[in-house]
Amino acid sequence: MLLRTMPPQRIWLLAGYAAAAAALFCAPLVLSDFRLNLLAKFLAYAIVALGLDLIWGYTGILSLGHGVFFGLGGYAMAMYLKLNAGGGRLPDFMDWSGLTALPWFWKPFGSLTFAVLAGILLPMLLALVLGYFTFRNRIRGVYFTILTQALVIITVTLFIGQQAYTGGTNGVTGYGKLFGYSLASPDTKRFLYWVTVVLLFGAFSLCRYLVKSRFGKVLRAIRDGENRVRFIGYNPAVYQKVAFSISAGLAGLAGMLFVLHVGIISPSMMGIVPSIEMVLWVAIGGRGTLGGAVLGAILLNSAKSAFSESYPDIWILFMGALFVVVVVFLPKGAAGLFSQLKRVGRRKAADEGANGVRHPAV
Amino acid sequence: MKEQTGSVILRCDEVTVDFDGFKAVQGMNFSLTRGELRFLIGPNGAGKTTMLDVICGKVKPAEGKVLFGGGVDITRKKEHQIAELGIGRKFQTPSIFPSLTVFENFEIAMKQNRGVFAAMRAKLRREERERIAAQLALVGLEEKAAWRAGGLSHGEKQWLEIGMMLLQEPEILLLDEPVAGMTDGETEKTGELLQQIRKTQSIVVVEHDMEFVRSFASKVTVMHEGKLLKEGSMEDVQRDNRVTEVYLGKRRDADASRSTA
Repeated sequence: MLLRTMPPQRIWLLAGYAAAAAALFCAPLVLSDFRLNLLAKFLAYAIVALGLDLIWGYTGILSLGHGVFFGLGGYAMAMYLKLNAGGGRLPDFMDWSGLTALPWFWKPFGSLTFAVLAGILLPMLLALVLGYFTFRNRIRGVYFTILTQALVIITVTLFIGQQAYTGGTNGVTGYGKLFGYSLASPDTKRFLYWVTVVLLFGAFSLCRYLVKSRFGKVLRAIRDGENRVRFIGYNPAVYQKVAFSISAGLAGLAGMLFVLHVGIISPSMMGIVPSIEMVLWVAIGGRGTLGGAVLGAILLNSAKSAFSESYPDIWILFMGALFVVVVVFLPKGAAGLFSQLKRVGRRKAADEGANGVRHPAV
Repeated sequence: MKEQTGSVILRCDEVTVDFDGFKAVQGMNFSLTRGELRFLIGPNGAGKTTMLDVICGKVKPAEGKVLFGGGVDITRKKEHQIAELGIGRKFQTPSIFPSLTVFENFEIAMKQNRGVFAAMRAKLRREERERIAAQLALVGLEEKAAWRAGGLSHGEKQWLEIGMMLLQEPEILLLDEPVAGMTDGETEKTGELLQQIRKTQSIVVVEHDMEFVRSFASKVTVMHEGKLLKEGSMEDVQRDNRVTEVYLGKRRDADASRSTA
């Protein structure tokens, strides 16, 4: 009944989502533990890509600093795990650095609720503060992007420098248990994989809702002409801040999941290179489409691990070639390929329609 | 000096705009009454567009004040606050949102709560849908409601922007050369629309097309080198020697060269 009232594209889209959901939920049945763990990591990356697409693809603001938000989420989770792994003892790296008591800001991270909230809210807050000083003063385009890079350098330097509090270059690692279950056991891994799948769908639904709402239309309007938006009475700075903050929160969430799957977070995972890589997932998947961002993160990371396994010496060249091919031939990313094919298909259908043959779409 | 037909809705007092030492507008006085259709004319560089920029907040004046409605000082307000108070602006080149559909352009322009969270929750109500449909019909874009606005012709974009401004329901409309690039038919249609709008709202139009200005019996303000030169009916203005000298004479040449082009 409901299906009959919907346009055919919508039915296909829903069918596509359902198929993707089914495939992701069933993946543990076919994949080895090792592959499943990799996929779980890629799905966490896909959450970052969704957030980046919201701010870059839809609002037109390029952030090369999402590694920081990702890292903050990761550290929040790692701090919780570390405190609970030690059984009340001081984390090892603090011992080595000569600390005798737990620093005050580490204490609340003993609670999982606090750690999870902090992992999402701290990146959001940082994004709000950065957004407040930049968007209000109409700093945009490449200047904003450079500032996000500066944020990365400052944060990474700070984390490396404060070794006693952050674990320095090594980061926070050496923990193995969540609620008493070993993080390395296949059952826990499978459970965490499903958690990630559910959260990815949650993040996707949130972004989809936002993008389809009037808020999303205003974001696209800001991308098209920020000044014109002002003259119809919207304050673009507020919209940009909120979009940037949501985007950062998603990156934080992804960082937490990453730590659960990988078991380490260090400054090198929040640096300049990972921040740029995150943007590439979106660029290659297709910015301005949520499905494209998710697909980009999964495909690109799969390609990266496949190339690096088969061609350990020259895999980076393959990655470079892939970027060049996509940028030159698919400026709208992989998702753009679908709409290009659709357009060709529609043209064909239109030709047939002219001959008096019309196919019902379903 | 002041007309007594309606209350003053906008007053500019001694407005001076300084662009790094160049005074684009100098001590300009200007007042607009409710329901008035005012034309702002003058040769290139006279400061007409800059005056509109000052009123809508795009440019902050170095000196002077702009008072709106019951005397609200809008000189230091931000653009979006001025727009919310009820001053709409149409720019010289059509500035619409090309990646949004025609319908979506109208949807976000429509008068509504402009807060972030209101926009997240906003649902298109039936009366809103009907208002947008009525606006689409008025500007003749019903057939193209689902088009991306970027695919419209120049004239259609102008119309779309006028429609967006009307949906904003401003008390004052500032139009910068609304008929530029329009065909004769479209120009005529715009003229009719202006006559209709002036019944409920006040309008300021910057215009170069003298034929278009002449077709309205309304007050004309002539600017020259950032200053007020003359204010009055079109006949008064045309009879004024200074105006003929600085403006109409030159325009006639320009018109001649344009018609041969």
